[in-house]
Amino acid sequence: MKKTLIAFAAVLATSAAQAQTTDTLKKIKDSGSISLGVRESSGLSYTIGNGKFVGFHTEMAERVIADIRKQLGLSSLEVKYQPVTSQNRIPLVQNGTVDLECGSTTNNATRQKDVSFAVTTYVEEVRIAVKANSGINSIAQLAGKKVATTTGTTSVQTLRKHERAAGVNFEEVFGKDHADSFLLLESGRADAFVMDGSILAANIAKSKNPADYKIVGEVLSVEPIACMLRKDDLAFKKAVDDSIKRQIKDGSLAKLYDKWFMQPIPPSNTRVGLPMSDATKAAWANPNDKPMEDYAKK
Amino acid sequence: MAAWDWQVFCKDTIDGEVRPRCFGADGDITYLDWLLSAWGWTLSVAVLALVVALVVGSIMGIFRTTPSKALVAIGNTWTELFRNIPLLVQVFLWYHVLPALIPALKDFPSFILVVFALGFFTSARIAEQVRAGIQSLPKGQRYAGLAMGLTLPQTYRYVLLPMAFRIVIPPLTSESMNIIKNSSVAFAVSIAELTMFAMQAQEETSRGIEIYLAVTGLYFISAFVINRIALFIEHRVQVPGMIGGH
Repeated sequence: MKKTLIAFAAVLATSAAQAQTTDTLKKIKDSGSISLGVRESSGLSYTIGNGKFVGFHTEMAERVIADIRKQLGLSSLEVKYQPVTSQNRIPLVQNGTVDLECGSTTNNATRQKDVSFAVTTYVEEVRIAVKANSGINSIAQLAGKKVATTTGTTSVQTLRKHERAAGVNFEEVFGKDHADSFLLLESGRADAFVMDGSILAANIAKSKNPADYKIVGEVLSVEPIACMLRKDDLAFKKAVDDSIKRQIKDGSLAKLYDKWFMQPIPPSNTRVGLPMSDATKAAWANPNDKPMEDYAKK
Repeated sequence: MAAWDWQVFCKDTIDGEVRPRCFGADGDITYLDWLLSAWGWTLSVAVLALVVALVVGSIMGIFRTTPSKALVAIGNTWTELFRNIPLLVQVFLWYHVLPALIPALKDFPSFILVVFALGFFTSARIAEQVRAGIQSLPKGQRYAGLAMGLTLPQTYRYVLLPMAFRIVIPPLTSESMNIIKNSSVAFAVSIAELTMFAMQAQEETSRGIEIYLAVTGLYFISAFVINRIALFIEHRVQVPGMIGGH
């Protein structure tokens, strides 16, 4: 009798646990739609107005969704684009508003407690942009200089860590967004702009005179960027990962990279001109979902 | 929903380890240290801007009630100029546009610029209230003062302003509370105040709800303390028989 009770309790417990674990694939199949988290203005995902979202990660996600549609045997699958911000993206994925977020989210250990990540599809390197005629070539030359970065990004912490570790001191100025930070560099209020390489390249490409700026110095931090999905939904994660691995293997992801980073892109038809980094190549050669902390150890 | 994690404030801002006493030692900075320093910046910006706003606002308000057409015009222009441009735009004008026109301004710390931007914006509103306060007094008081042989400045000093300021304490109180909340625009020009702390710390710690709750609490406390101080002043200076007196 006692044993049956325990077994019964165990069954109850597991079924309760199952009810709590989300089954995104089932949700997609039942509703015939998927909610894709996108960004309004990031290097990898942005809007060109009229509710249209584009970018390397956005287009890659659309292909992932097409593969999922095939896997589920659906004749059509509606994609609902949900713009997210750095502040709300994790809660929105957790509460089910967003099923798959492919913006520019860094995969780190803190976030892995709340959400899961697909395999890394882009490895961001934090670099320094300066005026071409400034003569600055490395971070050591920035001691005592004014360094711009954007509020609400991991670069702020990267700078702080670097300051402490190397014992240098720079005067930080914070832009409220990337365009604002670049304006600080452009207007001379800052001597350098420290940020993700893709963002620097995009801002330089969009500037009045791109030849006036250059990206210099050592890589300050390496951050794996990946699509984000709900934690503990292994079937959905596998479906997303499989599609990404397929895109890497058949070369379509490399073509996509070329399209968004080497060719002129909307809205202004400028070229970002950022060749694929060795770190990104390495991540594609061995698809993994390791957090940022594992990259730092190297 | 994930459980609260208030330990986040005890974490070091470099390595993310929880510090035993919640405050960093030997140059280490915890999020709590940072939060308090950010609160300090918010209060410094707000209080200095309030001083600028009260001084300039009172002068402009008085100008607008004088018989001199020129002074009235200056006061009116000032009020309409600073009242009709959004605050954030004004902050950017001070920070990005003016230094491009006047190179000397480039060396000014952004703290000073934002104090003036916020102070002048609020001064326009205070000027309007001071003007209303003076004009709410019966005209006979001004004439009585002048008839007694007081000069115009003396009439203001001894007859009009003592009553007008008592009348406008309640609207001035809400302006003073507003300035605490409006000081959040300072984050846009690189002042490490509470709003910037909230945006940055929640990104670093992923504990947005705890961080924003703490910051909200500090804004509330700051504004509420101003409210209590103003109430104390209001009761302290009230004169029986006058408007607002008992």
